[in-house]
Amino acid sequence: MTLLSLEHMTVTRGARRVIDDVSLTIGAGEFVGLIGPNGAGKTTLMRAALSLLPAKGTCNLRQLKPSERARAVAWLPQQREIAWPVDVETVVALGRIPYLPRGASLRDDDRAAVGHAVSRMGLEAFAGRIATQLSGGEQARVLIARALAQDTPLLMADEPIAGLDPAHQLSTMRAFADLARDGRSVLAALHDLPLAARYCTRLILIDAGRIVADGPPRAVLTEENVAEVFGVRGAFAETGAGVAFQVLEAVP
Amino acid sequence: MTPRALFTSLSVLLVGLFCASLLIGPAGLGIGESLTALIAGEDDPLALVMQEIRLPRAILGALIGVSLGLAGAAMQGYLRNPLAEPGLIGVSGSAALGAVLALQTGVAASFALALPLSGLAGAVIGVLLILMLAGPRGSSMTLILAGIAISALAGALTALVLNLSPNPFATSEIVFWMMGSLADRSMSHVWLAGPIMLVGWGMISLTARTLDALTLGEDATSALGLSLTATRLWLVLGVAASVGAATSVAGAIGFVGLVVPHLMRPLVGARPARLLWASALGGASMVLAADIAVRLVLPDRDLKLGVLMALVGAPLFLHLIYKTRREFA
Repeated sequence: MTLLSLEHMTVTRGARRVIDDVSLTIGAGEFVGLIGPNGAGKTTLMRAALSLLPAKGTCNLRQLKPSERARAVAWLPQQREIAWPVDVETVVALGRIPYLPRGASLRDDDRAAVGHAVSRMGLEAFAGRIATQLSGGEQARVLIARALAQDTPLLMADEPIAGLDPAHQLSTMRAFADLARDGRSVLAALHDLPLAARYCTRLILIDAGRIVADGPPRAVLTEENVAEVFGVRGAFAETGAGVAFQVLEAVP
Repeated sequence: MTPRALFTSLSVLLVGLFCASLLIGPAGLGIGESLTALIAGEDDPLALVMQEIRLPRAILGALIGVSLGLAGAAMQGYLRNPLAEPGLIGVSGSAALGAVLALQTGVAASFALALPLSGLAGAVIGVLLILMLAGPRGSSMTLILAGIAISALAGALTALVLNLSPNPFATSEIVFWMMGSLADRSMSHVWLAGPIMLVGWGMISLTARTLDALTLGEDATSALGLSLTATRLWLVLGVAASVGAATSVAGAIGFVGLVVPHLMRPLVGARPARLLWASALGGASMVLAADIAVRLVLPDRDLKLGVLMALVGAPLFLHLIYKTRREFA
């Protein structure tokens, strides 16, 4: 089943093509890491797919009505915003808005989805706490739980693990991988290449608005690609805990 | 406090203050005779006081309080800024300008409702200008900037009218009107402003869900399937209708829309949608309480409601900032 399909997507800002003729499809059960240097167009690509930006080309999500789109894809923006001192459970429950009629309160299945999202992100102990009083990393996890509570086949996340401690980076990546195992899909912009290589089922490498490589991590993170796009030397190497990708040094 | 308990206590407070507003006044009537005159009285002075002076005053106090509290809570929720207030979109300034022009030109004296009608005309021009300037799709920042520009322009024109005013009577009339008051309003004011305010409340209540979602920012809100464009339109029209009508009949009454949402926010767990009705009820209570106070504090000096509100509101606001400064640090 195709959850996301982009055909010849182009986004222009002024005369510059920020996204240049990108086509891709994402099916069920994939954890796709969207990688590329700063300014490559990762955020723009996802926002255009979500119809948050004007774009040319076709995208299955853009053809949906906004209310249908909110049940097809959840969006976790990079900007971590919790504007008011509300409690954690309230923030997570905002993810249920697409399923609730106007003015209705949470029903049993909404509560179940909220509880599930809270436990998936290990936030049980925080449920009653005021979200704005949590640390930045804890807030990030609350917002991921919010997106999970939306319970959509596809989750798009913009740098979801930036600013998390190592343990929570790992647990978040594992949670996304679990989602993919359950038949859902995740498209996440990532900067941590080793973690992306380890957990993603597929990587899409973009640079200057174009797809450079798309495939399994080992096929995408080749020495040439990594040197060309990121300007660093990196390689898969045997570690004590199996084969892992390592970033070694900047290319002179 | 559970939402239900809060709703009940705010409602009881409001009903109590509404009754107090009916029963307190210079005529010094007893409770029993007041109520009899209000309900059953016909053509005697007592009935006139109750039905034509105190009843419209109490109703207008409640309606205006709801309008200001609701509009303040909605503006703060939409802009995600606790410093926002209903006057920010420039409608109260332009409504005041309309009324001031009516006073200056003498139109106000030509027929009974000329003053509030000119105020409403000013509000309509103000809201058309803001929709034109801020555009249908712009960000919340363009809305604030357009509102500031319109407020400044309306303020400057009001000052110009005062500046060029030919006689001191007109000037003092204008200045006193602008201080805001509920004294000497009639049922026809209620019938003029009430329906417009009700429509405004309805429009504002359409934004409730989006205001909750906006806690997560504009991008996340759109991705939840909610339309920011529609919300913004309902918000601007709703605030304009309720606050424009309120200003047209009562003059400028500040601080209610700013302070009441602050007072209520901790009681509703800071949820923007719940804050709407809590601030509506709280605003009505606050305006009624202040309007009772102006009758009790200096009964013979015609203390203006807007003046008292600012005198109480500003220190209260300072206290709230002092108390919550940690949160916003």
